[in-house]
Formats: sequence, structure tokens, C-alpha cells
Amino acid sequence: MNAHGRAGARRMRLRGLLRKEVLQILRDPSSIAIAFVLPVVLLLLFGYGISLDARKVPVALVVESPTAETASFTASFFHSPYFEPRAHFDRRGAEEALFDGDVAAVVVLRSDFSRRLYGPRGAPIQVLVNGTDANTARLISGYIDGAWRAWLDQVARDSGIRLAAPVTIESRVWFNAAVRSRNFLVPGLIAIIMTLIGALLTALVVAREWERGTMEALLVTPVTTSELLLGKVVPYFVLGMGGMALSVVMAIALFDVPFRGSFLVLTLSSALFLLAALGMGLLISTVSKNQFVAGQIAIIVTFLPAFILSGFIFDIESMPRAVQWITHVIAARYFVAIVQTIFLAGNVWSVIVPNALALAAMAVFFLGMTRRRTLKRLE
Amino acid sequence: MIAAPAASPIEGVVVEAVDLHKSFGAGPARVAALRALGASVHRGGITGLVGPDGAGKTTFLRLVAGLLLPDAGTLRVLGIDAAEEAERLRGRVGYMPQRFGLYEDLSVAENLDLYADLYGLPPTERESRFAELKEFTGLGPFGSRLAGRLSGGMKQKLGLACTLVHPPELLLLDEPSVGVDPISRRELWQIVLRLTSGGMSVVWSTAYQDEAERCDEVIVLHEGQVLAAGRPAELLEPVRGRGFALAVPPAQRRRVARRAKSLPGVLDAVVQGSRVRVLMADGARCPEPREILPEADGLPDRLAPVAPRFEDAFVALLHERTSRMTPPVSTADSGFAPVSAERASRDDAVIEIRDLTRVFGDFRAVDRVSFEVARGEVFGLLGPNGAGKSTTFRMLCGLLPPSSGAARVLGIDLRRSAPRARARIGYMSQKFSLYGVLSVEQNLRFFGSAYGLGGARQRARIAWALEAFGLGPLVERTSDDLPLGFKQRLALGAALLHEPEILFLDEPTSGVDPLTRREFWDRINGLAEAGVTVMVTTHFLDEAEYCDRLGIIYRGQLIALGSPDELKQRYRTPDRPDPTLDDAFVALIEAHEQEHPQ
Repeated sequence: MNAHGRAGARRMRLRGLLRKEVLQILRDPSSIAIAFVLPVVLLLLFGYGISLDARKVPVALVVESPTAETASFTASFFHSPYFEPRAHFDRRGAEEALFDGDVAAVVVLRSDFSRRLYGPRGAPIQVLVNGTDANTARLISGYIDGAWRAWLDQVARDSGIRLAAPVTIESRVWFNAAVRSRNFLVPGLIAIIMTLIGALLTALVVAREWERGTMEALLVTPVTTSELLLGKVVPYFVLGMGGMALSVVMAIALFDVPFRGSFLVLTLSSALFLLAALGMGLLISTVSKNQFVAGQIAIIVTFLPAFILSGFIFDIESMPRAVQWITHVIAARYFVAIVQTIFLAGNVWSVIVPNALALAAMAVFFLGMTRRRTLKRLE
Repeated sequence: MIAAPAASPIEGVVVEAVDLHKSFGAGPARVAALRALGASVHRGGITGLVGPDGAGKTTFLRLVAGLLLPDAGTLRVLGIDAAEEAERLRGRVGYMPQRFGLYEDLSVAENLDLYADLYGLPPTERESRFAELKEFTGLGPFGSRLAGRLSGGMKQKLGLACTLVHPPELLLLDEPSVGVDPISRRELWQIVLRLTSGGMSVVWSTAYQDEAERCDEVIVLHEGQVLAAGRPAELLEPVRGRGFALAVPPAQRRRVARRAKSLPGVLDAVVQGSRVRVLMADGARCPEPREILPEADGLPDRLAPVAPRFEDAFVALLHERTSRMTPPVSTADSGFAPVSAERASRDDAVIEIRDLTRVFGDFRAVDRVSFEVARGEVFGLLGPNGAGKSTTFRMLCGLLPPSSGAARVLGIDLRRSAPRARARIGYMSQKFSLYGVLSVEQNLRFFGSAYGLGGARQRARIAWALEAFGLGPLVERTSDDLPLGFKQRLALGAALLHEPEILFLDEPTSGVDPLTRREFWDRINGLAEAGVTVMVTTHFLDEAEYCDRLGIIYRGQLIALGSPDELKQRYRTPDRPDPTLDDAFVALIEAHEQEHPQ
């Protein structure tokens, strides 16, 4: 056969494999569900259902001796969108409410509050927070602290007297000025969705070919290993990029997440991440030729780490050092950093370039391993 | 005509295997699939690869196809070293795996297109090649149907058509006829004959002895080694003149067969319809009819000689080779309590079903099936895969509620109180339903508890099962480590622990060698004599002959009911004076097709 004929035959084989895969995706409800339904469900769930922000926190305000100053202070709580204050006149009632879980925090203004307010050392307030959920507790105590400072400022400005306060911190939140958790959750979800399509779905469909005996039939045809792999990579790459586009559109149009970087950079880095995920999925299915086991492995080694260790929900910096090290082998970690940066900060090259290089290295590693492990044999 | 391409360098031999070894797994779990196998396949014609499950058939075919590497030994396929240059075999060796290698969510035409692309068939040639293949296989009208929606026979033909898109020089078919109806089996055989007359060489692996007889050459595999090889006639030669038969009264045939087997020089004695058929050891004297049937009158002078069957040759070979001494099974000491006197009025029906129907969506899996089974009867359900046998079984075991119709088992209405019936029946499935990681004893204890046996009774029944099934020495072994035949014994033992009155056997013998199958049937016959009713499904038509009565199920309907002899007699014709059950089966299905076109 001449060179042209060989190339033609190769093209024909690849076209056949691609067409087969596309038809299978279109006809298999479970592929459609993983590729299109699951992303929408996840986006709606995380976009609307889960919020890491504290709003309308129930707080008990104990005013031991009401004065004009305490009235002004409590009024500032009643006007805040972050609190839902309830007035109490003694500590015992407030503490009971805290025990019963009716309130998340107690703020006590002692009877000497007004007297000490204009004194040299200022008036202290006492804050009791329900610490069962450490994250929320920290958040609430921060909010109360903020409200306290804001009120002190206000009083000082109105009275023209400089009031004493322990420390004055002026903080500004950059990139996500509204501190909406949705703004970083939704971009992070794109990484989860692409992991699902790239690794889980791909591992499943290859294992299915082994299980149903079709792989055996393919292997005796003149098809080559590269063609077999391309026949899997290309359709699921397209599907994964589709999932990405869907998530981006939903993020911007439905959830009003700001988008400050460039679409081109997002697309390119998504492509790198998807190749790494596809490589993992294919590698898993060369190890396990059974759909059930392949699915389990894919969830444990790709999906769960992408969820927990990528910095998508839990901040990597606040993890124990050993766990931080582990996160370095998780592709989603690099991609989450890129996506959140592109959405919220823009094209920050010092973040994007190193992370993209890490993704490229992982893609090369996993696809290369798969290429080496996939022989045209049954073992 | 689909013709194979021109001949390869080595004339005459297409596969040459010398001292081939192949094992799977590692460490203590390592299993030798092929052990010093030596065989050759000659050009042209059909070579049958015959043997039970685990004999090494699939491993050998995969090695020939270049899908596996041998551990040791040489394998030349079409003059090419299959281990070193497997890539050069692509396109020249066609291989149809057991499940046909079809994409079930693709249509017939899409499957053909895919394989045409993979084999590089130019688009200009496709139309004529596809037309030819469709005509060849009868798939013409089904181009747009999804492969998953085809019947077993159709799937098999499509699988074959896909491997023939590019006609190979050597075609490997791995058990193409398993679970397929007899008509499709015959059609497939015709197709393959046409291929070989066009010059193609075909290797056809099978567990069915009757298929082996029709091959041009046969390689008999057993436990990874070649037991015998040659033309079927040559293999039959040693058993020629050693087979005899005697007609016996129906009620006694099982007992007679057992007695015959205990006589000196008798290698094998089986029930075949209304006759008992014996196979003598080489040089042994055929017993007198009186020795077999002492109490009977009007016996013929001697047993009638019968033509040898391939199975005889296999049984004789296995006897010669294995020094395995299977403890003779007798039911008198089997400890199986015969059905108590008040229950044992012989003629009452223990299974009665009337217009039993089961619908899944718009598919009628079982369609108005009616029959009765009497106590102590061995009743066989025959039919291709997907005909509705298993669905009927599941309903009778109370595992699946019927959509309509009446079903009474042991007088209990299954629609009302299935659990009550379940406590009095035993069920053994094809997959044996054993816990692989549990030992023999743990399995028995578990099933004993599951059937509500406790304390002394459980211990007594387990002791009985270990003794009766010769499992005593293996009591500590996990069931995964047992050879197939012992797994089968253990599964049967577990199903009998609670002394059921009815035993359901779903393809209990598929994949086991003929000797093990005989041993299994000896036990079943013993149970039937003790008054246990046995319902069995099988693919082996010679096993169907062991049954008292048969029901043939096809596309959800019961199309025939009767004793094996009655069914055969119905289709006796001048040019077919002694029809086989297979002939009867084919005739029945053809008649049914004419009355109820699809």
C-alpha cells in the first residue's frame, strides 16, 4: 500500500471510531446525564443552595442598663443585613438562647457601658459565639467586630471626640468585594464538572468496551493504539469543553459572577486541564476493565480530590502541611486557581502561567502513561 | 461468494502450535490455561475446538488471534509468529468473540459501517459487499434496527458479518452457537460451510458434541491439553461397535440405567428417550438384557448395537486418561428423606400453571404458558436464550410476580403466598450462587441458616451434604478454589439442605465436561426416584433426553409439550426415520414461524 493509501486508511479508521463514539454518546442516557444534566444540577445546587456567607445571623443583645448610647448601638445591629438581633435584659436568658441554638452569638453591653465609652480606655463589649462550627464562628465574630468598629467610628464622627478602641483595622476585600461565596464556588465548579466528564465518564466508557467484549473485537482489526486512544480522547474532549462552556454561560448569565480575564486564556487552560483529566480516565480504564471498579477508582482518585483538595471549597493554605503537599499532585488544584483568577481578578500571568505549566506536565504524563500501558493485547 | 484471499506460504497448515504454555494470575492463584499444548489446524474446512469450560478453548483462540502472548512455546499462524509479529495478522485473521463484539446501541448498518472503516474497505466497494453480506446472513430487512434489539441468532449473524466485511484467511469463532435457537445454529453452519468452500479456514469452538461430529477435523481439549485430534470418523473409530441400547419401560429407565452402569465393563449408561444406551469398555462383553432388567419378561436376545456418537469417544477418552475415581452415587444411601407418605400420592400435580404471563413494558417475556408437573417427574424446559425459560423459572420460584394467569406450586397460590412455597423448593442457578470467599462448610452453614435450619438439624444436614457429595476432604477450601465440578456439587448440596420437594435447576450443567455432567445427572435421577420433582433447563439436547417430559418455549410461548420420544415421533418422515431431538426442535420452530410470522 502506498503512503497516500495508508494515510487514507488511517483517516477512515479514525473517522469510523469517532462516529461510533458520537452515536454511542447520543444514545446512551447515562453519558448524557453525566455530561449535561449533572453539571446543571451541580451549578444550581452550588449557585443557589450552598452559601458560605453568613446573613441574618440571629444574635442576642443583652443591654444591662439601657441608655441613649446602647440604643444607638443596638439600632446599628437592627439595620445591618448580617444580623437578626433579639433584645435580652439579662445574660441568663441570652445564654439559654445560645444553648438552645436559637441564637448563634450573644453580645453583652454591661451596665457601665455608657460611662466607660468616653473614658480613656473605652468601653468593652462581651461577645459569646457558638463555636461548634469553627468557620461560621470565626465569620460571625468577625462580623460583630466589624459592626462594633463601624459604630464606634460613627459615634466619634458625630460627637467629634476621638474614642479609644483596642486596634483600628481598615480592611478592603479585593476581587470579590461583595464577599459572595458564589463568586468563587461557581468558577471552581467548572473544574469539578470537567473532571466528571474527562475522568469518570471516559473511564466508564472504556471499561464498558472491555466488559461487553467489543474491545476484543476492535483489537483484532488493523486499528492502531493511537487511533483507539484518539477515538476516545476527541469526543470526550469536545464534550468536556461543551460542559465548560455551559458552566461559564450559566456562571455569568445566571449567577452574575464577574468575568475579568480573557475567554481565550480560559479556553486554553481548560483544554490543558481536560487533557490531563482524560489521561487519568483512560489510565484508570486500562487498570480496571470493569465499569463498577473503574467508576469507584475514578471517583476516589479524581472526583473526590477535585472536590475537597483543589481549593474549590476548602482553602489549601489552611490545610495541614502534609495535606497541602498532597494537593500538588491533584490537577484540579492548578485549574481551580486559574479559573478563579480569570473570573475574579483577570489575566494575572504570575498565577496563570505556573499553574498552566503544571497542568501541561500532568496532561503529558497521564496521556503518555496511557499510551504506554495500552497495548493491542488483552493483558 | 465471499472468497478468502490467496494462499499463504505454508501450504496445508494455517495454525501450528508447539508446546504452548499460558497461565493467568500470580502466586498461589496462578491457573494454567494451556499446558504444553500442541496442535495444528489445516487449511480449508472447519476445525472444531471441542471441550468443556476451562479446557482452554478461548485462551487458544486469543493466542491465535494475537490478543495474548504465550508464556512458552511457539505459535505460527499463517506462517507468521503470532507472538512476535501479531500486527501482521491484523486483517488476515478474523475473530468473533463469545459475545460477538457488537455495539448494541448501534444499528445493524452502523455496526457494519464501523467495521468497514476499521478494515479500510473503500466506500465504492461497500454497497455491493454489504448487500452480499446481508443476503448471506439474512440481515437485509434489519438494517436500521439496533443490534441490542436483535435476537440471539441475529446478533450472532451480525457479529459474523462484521468480521467478514474484510474476508480473512482464517476465521476464529468462539462458541458461536451458545444460547442460540437450533434454526439459527443450522443457518450459521450453512454460512460457515459456504465460507470454507470459498477457501477460508475456520476454527469453531464449541462445548456441543453434536457440532463436533460435523466438523472436518476436531481438536479435543481438556484441562489445557489436547486429548485427541483428527477427523471425527477417526476419533469415533475406537468406540465403534461398543455402543448398545435397550428399550425399557418408562417408569424404570432411570433405575435401569443405574444398574447398567454398575455392571462390569460398562463405561457409561444413559437414558435416551425410552431407551437406555450403554457404552462398553474396549474389549468388554456386552451384558445380556437379563443382567440389566432381571425382572422383566419378553426381553430381546441381546442389546441392539447403535452408531457411535462423538460424546462416546469423549467419554471413553476421559475414562482412559483420568484415573479419577468418582464415588458411585446411589440414592438409597443418599440420606435424602423420601417424600413422606401422606404427601406422596404419585399422581398429584405439584406444579400447575395456567395461562401464565409476564410482561415487561411492551414485551411479553412469557405468553400464556400452561402445563402441569407431577410429583417425582423430571421436567425439562428447552428453548434458546431469551425465549422466556428463566422468566418462567423465576415466577415458579416465587421471585417474580406473574402479570396474569394462575400458578400453584405444591398447592400454594404463588400470587398470594410465594414465601410459603419458597421454603419448600430448592433452586440452583447456572452461576451456582456460591460465596466465593467462604469455605465449603461456611457456604453450607450460610445456606442452611438462610433456609431456617438450626442447631442439630443444620449440623446433620451439612454432614449429609459433605458425605453425599464427596466434599468432606475439601471442607476448608474456599468455593472459588474448587474445580467447576465440585462447585456444582456444592451448589446442589446447598440447594438440597432443607430437603425441598421441588428442585429447580437453571442450566446446571453448562460448561462442565461429560463425565461431570453424568455424575450430576446420576444424583438428579436419584432424587427423582426419592420423589423429588425436578424442573430443569438445558442447552444440551442429549440431556433433554433424560427428562420424563419436555416443554419447548419459543418467543415466550410454549410450542410443544410431551415426552422426548413423543416429540421425536411427531417429526418422523420417510427420509428421516430416526429424527433427533434437534430435528424435532427445528421442525417445531419452523411450524410455529409459519403460523405466527414475526
